[in-house]
Amino acid sequence: MDAAPLLQVTDLKQHFKMSSKFTLKAVDGVSFNIHAGETYGLVGESGSGKSTIGRSIIRLYQPSAGKVTFQGVDISGPLKEKEQTLLRTKMQMIFQDPMACLNPRKKVIDIIAQGLDIHKLYKTKQERTEKVYRILDKVGLSREHANRYPHQFSGGQRQRIGIARALIMEPKLIIADEAISALDVSIQAQIVNLLKDIQEETNTAFLFIAHDLSMVKYISDRIGVLHLGHLVETGTTHDIFEHPIHPYTKSLLSAIPHANPIKEKQRVAITYNYATSGIDYSKGIQQQVSDTHWVLANEEEYAAWIAR
Amino acid sequence: MSETVLSIRNLSISFKTSNGMVNAIRGVDLDLHKGETVAIVGESGSGKSVTVKAIMRILSSNQRINSGSITFNYERDGKRVSQDLLKLSKKEMRNRINGKRIAMVFQDPMTSLNPTMTIGHQIMEGMIIHLKKSRSEAYERALELLTLVGITAPEKRMKCYPHQLSGGMRQRVVIAIMLACNPEVLICDEPTTALDVTIQAKILELIKDIQAKTNISVIYITHDLGVVAKVADYVAVMYAGKIVERGSVNEIFYDPKHPYTWGLLSSMPDIGSENEKLYTIPGSPPNLLNKVVGDAFAPRNVHALNIDFKQEPPMFKVSDTHYAATWLLHDNAPRVEMSDTLRKRIDKVVKEVGSEWMQPHSYK
Repeated sequence: MDAAPLLQVTDLKQHFKMSSKFTLKAVDGVSFNIHAGETYGLVGESGSGKSTIGRSIIRLYQPSAGKVTFQGVDISGPLKEKEQTLLRTKMQMIFQDPMACLNPRKKVIDIIAQGLDIHKLYKTKQERTEKVYRILDKVGLSREHANRYPHQFSGGQRQRIGIARALIMEPKLIIADEAISALDVSIQAQIVNLLKDIQEETNTAFLFIAHDLSMVKYISDRIGVLHLGHLVETGTTHDIFEHPIHPYTKSLLSAIPHANPIKEKQRVAITYNYATSGIDYSKGIQQQVSDTHWVLANEEEYAAWIAR
Repeated sequence: MSETVLSIRNLSISFKTSNGMVNAIRGVDLDLHKGETVAIVGESGSGKSVTVKAIMRILSSNQRINSGSITFNYERDGKRVSQDLLKLSKKEMRNRINGKRIAMVFQDPMTSLNPTMTIGHQIMEGMIIHLKKSRSEAYERALELLTLVGITAPEKRMKCYPHQLSGGMRQRVVIAIMLACNPEVLICDEPTTALDVTIQAKILELIKDIQAKTNISVIYITHDLGVVAKVADYVAVMYAGKIVERGSVNEIFYDPKHPYTWGLLSSMPDIGSENEKLYTIPGSPPNLLNKVVGDAFAPRNVHALNIDFKQEPPMFKVSDTHYAATWLLHDNAPRVEMSDTLRKRIDKVVKEVGSEWMQPHSYK
């Protein structure tokens, strides 16, 4: 890929000081790129630091170390007003719980237009309403919905409101933090299709954070597998699903249930225990498997995994 | 076939809301046999949770049970007892049934544990009240249970509070509490929805393991069909307060008959194939505030017949264990097949298991 990436994360670290003696290394040296119009899926179990990465990038946290550049601008240090505006408009976030992230005392139109209000992106009231209506159409809600309150919607519709609120700023990058985990299977499919359509139309890049690998496979171009704050394997969707190398990736893949009862009853998921596996993430380096595929390992481990 | 533990007949439940009566459950029949797992699947709002909450009698105060019976067969002091749970008072339910004979695991392990009590105390509580065990007996049993659910160093964990444990650990503790009184029936209401895949796989294997050891019967509620494939012996597909298709897990996955089941199976992401777009069932579930005329699924059904909008389909028999409520199975109905993509997908999985599916699967 020749063009400069939209988002470049280099050696990002996010440590939380829990007490004077103990520092939690939630994210410990993670690097990846996202190009314009691409979807990067970040998967891992709870506690692996995937949400923390999303939050550090959008600067809900102050990164402990490392560099994050967005559209060529460094956004990991102290932010000046210009950088702040860029970050707050061109990067948006969709949250997991569609009920908790919408203000219950505001009408949908005001929730969606809040970003416009703050950044004064319209001249007349008419224009504001028009913009909101256009976005509502785009996410598959009707105009009558604009004057309702969040509690009057179903879970899937609420998530659409969350997406509309992110889209109205015409962002270049949307961070979707477990955006579909709380929804039903059939609704999940609707939201995933909607995100794909939006991407085709607007060329927005997505950082898709999830623990459900089967949905991640549908939406992502590239996937990063995260474990205990380390990116253990990264590659295209094909690389990860067809040629997984790291034992943790393999155990994640084996944990997905398949819609085949006879086979499923006999299958036992591969277990992976970091403590007993003898692997030390901090000693590993990113080994290149192919043009697009990297795995975290030291020389010995790498040779052993490849040979298998 | 083994004995029936729980049988629900013609259950109908309404909720009183400010907008009128909502008919959440419209005539549900369900059987649970000893040592088997029944999975109830459906979208949110289809009435899966309401059905099992009715078994536990923990519906909210605006519930009205219009009709039906829930017969629970159990043994007491060596005698067989057959009891309609809907005829018991709430007090009797709590003293005799809930927790002791029928236990329930909820979706969110954080909200179902008491944050102010140690987990050891919470596990022992039920045994001391229901089984009249002494504290030391209960303590020993609690240690056993924690080991059974795969928690290491149980003595140390007994003194922990819920917030000190991870999500997967908490759900294991909840399962240990549920198993404390050796219940006959375990109800799991989306026990793994809040957990991630690796933990989910472990919890599912744990429940199956325990079932093999204790021969407990399990009702499993979920919207994830992959989970159903893993745990269930029987499947009931629910839509708008009715069971629209039920059968053995193999019949539902390899030979589904109801268009709604087709839709559910199609909308599931398939790891094996390279589809560009996911299938979604068009439209949204009906508002049960209004009276449903004909087949509730008809407006969303591309294969709907004229009669679907006028008359409700009865349960048509496909095999001894497989029933589906759709007019498409009527003798006079036109031949309608599932979509090509789903057909291909099912053919592929059937091929994977080879001849195993053709032999009628033994149901113990």
